[in-house]
Amino acid sequence: MASVTPAGVSNTVAHLPGGSARHDMPTLDPVIWFFVLGLVAGVARADLRLPSAIYDFVSTLLLLAIGLKGGVELARDGGGLPLPELGGILLLGFLLPLPAYAAARGIGRLGRADAASLAAHYGSVSVGTYAVVIGYLATRGIAFEARAPVWVVLLEVPAIVAGILLARGLSGKLAWGRLLRELFLGRSVVLLLGGLAIGWVAGPEGTASIQPLFFDLFKGILALFLLEMGLIAAAQLPTLRRHGVFIVAFGLLAPVVFAVVGALLGRALGLSPGGVTVLATLAASASYIAAPAAIRTAVPEANPSLSLTASLAVTFPFNIIVGIPLYERLAAALAA
Amino acid sequence: MEQFPRRLLTIVTEAALERELLAEFDALGVRGYTISDARGKGGRGRRQSDWGPQGNIRIEIVCDPALAERVATQLRERYYDHYAMILFMQDVDVLRREKF
Repeated sequence: MASVTPAGVSNTVAHLPGGSARHDMPTLDPVIWFFVLGLVAGVARADLRLPSAIYDFVSTLLLLAIGLKGGVELARDGGGLPLPELGGILLLGFLLPLPAYAAARGIGRLGRADAASLAAHYGSVSVGTYAVVIGYLATRGIAFEARAPVWVVLLEVPAIVAGILLARGLSGKLAWGRLLRELFLGRSVVLLLGGLAIGWVAGPEGTASIQPLFFDLFKGILALFLLEMGLIAAAQLPTLRRHGVFIVAFGLLAPVVFAVVGALLGRALGLSPGGVTVLATLAASASYIAAPAAIRTAVPEANPSLSLTASLAVTFPFNIIVGIPLYERLAAALAA
Repeated sequence: MEQFPRRLLTIVTEAALERELLAEFDALGVRGYTISDARGKGGRGRRQSDWGPQGNIRIEIVCDPALAERVATQLRERYYDHYAMILFMQDVDVLRREKF
């Protein structure tokens, strides 16, 4: 991998005919190099900081673009969300936290609140990771289900609820109404579903005028987003040392195990290999926006940096660099 | 020009708490506040306002001394154990008595 230069990669990828690179050495998508740049710049304490408004803007664009893309495809092909798929994916979101919690308690010897927080983060999903996997699949010309953005929405909330239940039990004076309202009206849910609805209503012709910003620039926006994510991940690294070996091991193993679960579910639901890759990646990804915010107020005694560090500094880089190519091969193997 | 003594209560805490705190203020009868993003370092490490989940905010409230005391007491009881939060008070003078 050391011999691959960023420029070399971008040239190879740009001219790849769909699907031909699938079984070569996993070539790094050029956008990933922006993440590496951010990471290196952050570690080296370079004079590089994007204002938070830029992060908000870039992530808003990404969320809308992902939703719009799905909506346009749905308008083209029709088709809804099969009921078994809806149930299966919701259930996946609720159940993934359980093994995570058990491992954190049993092997990691974490307290109840910390273990539940970790479980919520790892059961929930990362839209950033999703953006990388759909970019990865697009580059390779691998098709996946147009309704995939709905899976993101379905997977985001249940795990957070499960994590809070693991920490609090059913009793306790928690303002569930307000909490659920905040979760379901969170930025990512609103923008993904909003984009999906607009794309679906407007259809391919209707969205032609906004195509340059949301579709043509998608990879460039993703690159900027990943640069910022690299800086954010680098800022977590010092904390990583404090939390010890378990967090690193968990951050590397949980995504692999969860990806297998997600891939098997995708296969059982009859998804395409591209769809299986997406679902596996979603199961493998860990939340770093919705879960930290909700857990911080609902489970105050949990150490917020423990879960966030694992998610941002270990699992996110692992998934986008190593994991996604691996999950794509897993999906291909399951389809064979 | 006549001036009226009031208390300025400044709270520096986690951005994650913003909504919850605003609800507390309303319930306690606080009539106005100013919120700004903040960065800094404290007992719970360095906090950057660059990024959502780790952001910090500074809230300023000007009100009468009794209310400032009630707000401070309630925040200390409910949030000091688990959240990054500091709070301090100063005497200030205002021009429009009815506003604060």
